[in-house]
Amino acid sequence: MPVRAIVRRTLGLAWVVPALVLVGVFVYLPLAQNLGFSTLEWDIYSGSQEFVGLDNYRRLLDDPVFWSSFGDNLLYAVISIVFQVFGALVLAALVESVRSERWRRSLRAIYFLPSAISLTVAGLLFYFIYEPNLGPLNHLLRAVGLEQFTQAWLGQESTAMYAIIAMSQWQGFGYSVLLFAVAIQRIPSEIYGAAAIDGVGPIRRFVHVTLPLVREMTGLMAIVTISGAFQVFNEVMVMTGGGPNNSTQVLGTWLYRSGFVRNNFGYAAAIATVLFVITLGVAMAQLWVTRRRRVEW
Amino acid sequence: MVSRLGFLGVIARVFVWAFLLGLAVVVLYPLLWMVLNGFKTNAELFGDPFALPVDWSFDNYRKAWNRGVSGYLTTSVLVTVTSTVATVFVSAWAAYGLTRVDIPFNKTVTAVILGGLMLAPTVALVPLVKMFQAMGLYNSFWALLILYTAFRIPFTTFLIRAYMIDLPREVDEAAEMDGAGRWTAFWRITLPMCKPIITSTVLLHILFTWNEYLFAMVFTSGSGVQTLPVGLTSLMSKHGTEFPVVFAGMVIAAVPVVLLFFFGQRYIVRGLADGIGK
Repeated sequence: MPVRAIVRRTLGLAWVVPALVLVGVFVYLPLAQNLGFSTLEWDIYSGSQEFVGLDNYRRLLDDPVFWSSFGDNLLYAVISIVFQVFGALVLAALVESVRSERWRRSLRAIYFLPSAISLTVAGLLFYFIYEPNLGPLNHLLRAVGLEQFTQAWLGQESTAMYAIIAMSQWQGFGYSVLLFAVAIQRIPSEIYGAAAIDGVGPIRRFVHVTLPLVREMTGLMAIVTISGAFQVFNEVMVMTGGGPNNSTQVLGTWLYRSGFVRNNFGYAAAIATVLFVITLGVAMAQLWVTRRRRVEW
Repeated sequence: MVSRLGFLGVIARVFVWAFLLGLAVVVLYPLLWMVLNGFKTNAELFGDPFALPVDWSFDNYRKAWNRGVSGYLTTSVLVTVTSTVATVFVSAWAAYGLTRVDIPFNKTVTAVILGGLMLAPTVALVPLVKMFQAMGLYNSFWALLILYTAFRIPFTTFLIRAYMIDLPREVDEAAEMDGAGRWTAFWRITLPMCKPIITSTVLLHILFTWNEYLFAMVFTSGSGVQTLPVGLTSLMSKHGTEFPVVFAGMVIAAVPVVLLFFFGQRYIVRGLADGIGK
């Protein structure tokens, strides 16, 4: 290859260098550093660093809060799959079965609305809704005679995590409905027409036509939901800060607390590595799903 | 869609409608309650949570504004605008380089940039804090600008690249024949053709930046550099006994993105669908 051509090709790299540098320095480099940090006993205030090998990971395995945090992430994932994947899919099919285009559009927009506002606003809002004395939830329960069910939703270990997860379903389901609606709209109308001629009822139509044809979107939504469930941070920080008694800690908040409140950077880095492995695994699954699309038209 | 509407069909329709509308109420009522509470006094709020405000005064909004929300809003706008411009341009450049320019290691470069999509911000948190402290950018506007740009480049490049791949090449090749350089071809021809996807990425980036909490909370502490999501939690902890003021602040934070969604719905939906499906 003539020198000029090589120079020309190399100059072409200028187009991608800004993106490469930013992503390389601020996304990839910290990730690599994190692995190194996780092998240190590191006090930020005294600045002392000592190599301890895999000690942080060993301590992780013995830390009950680490396991309960992991469990809470898992619970988050399972409940979100039920509501934001399967629930949202059924809901999207119901919305798309409405005849009036204007109503379909309005319903989709209304359901999506909480996803546009921040998790901070939604979290604070539900903090007040769950508030035992002034909160409308307990007021409502009293008004309909279910006094015995009123409680300090976020203030006790047995209900706090479920209360946070419930808020996040409220906040996020409309996003999934919107995406499933797009997937359903992409199904050619002839297929539904043929089903109608064959006298297939709405439920069988959903099971035998819609479901198989939105399988790829369902897989993707499940993966995105699981990945999101392990990155939960904002709503927990705003609503409970991980309490009461660490019952609502998730890996993200436990990482934050270990590193920035208890000043143990090495331990926080070890939690980050666990999160890295989980989210990377989930991302690989996503790649695998998108690579082998079954249904194309 | 044709379907036989027997008696059972009618009953089913009624149930479906009741369910869909009931759910709409469950979604809308808390939001309405939030807006109404911004107009109430503390005494009204503690009395009957379902009552309407007695006096529709903007007092709480004024108080929220004066107790820091004006500053949080300014920072949010500043960070959102700058990081949107930076992210979209850097990503569009990268997408152009990857789809239109013959560069060495194209596959590797693509994999590296798009691979960033798989990495969760939480994982990089500890090293990033050390890095920004060392650079003297911790607790500054620059920290948020850089982080929001760097972490959103993979997603934004992914969307723009997918769109550019499908564009016809003949037009920009013809422009180059006419002696226009690549730079001109990018600005005059390719970028204008990408307008729909650029609009989507701009709107999605605004939604992301406006609402982002993790970085905003960890990287800023002073009141001059806090964005709305973090500012609201400080408003809550500082004036937590005056709930209506907090509600007013929440409404101020929520209104811009809700409006954005209503006016840009088409583009947002398209961007989200392409982002997950392609």
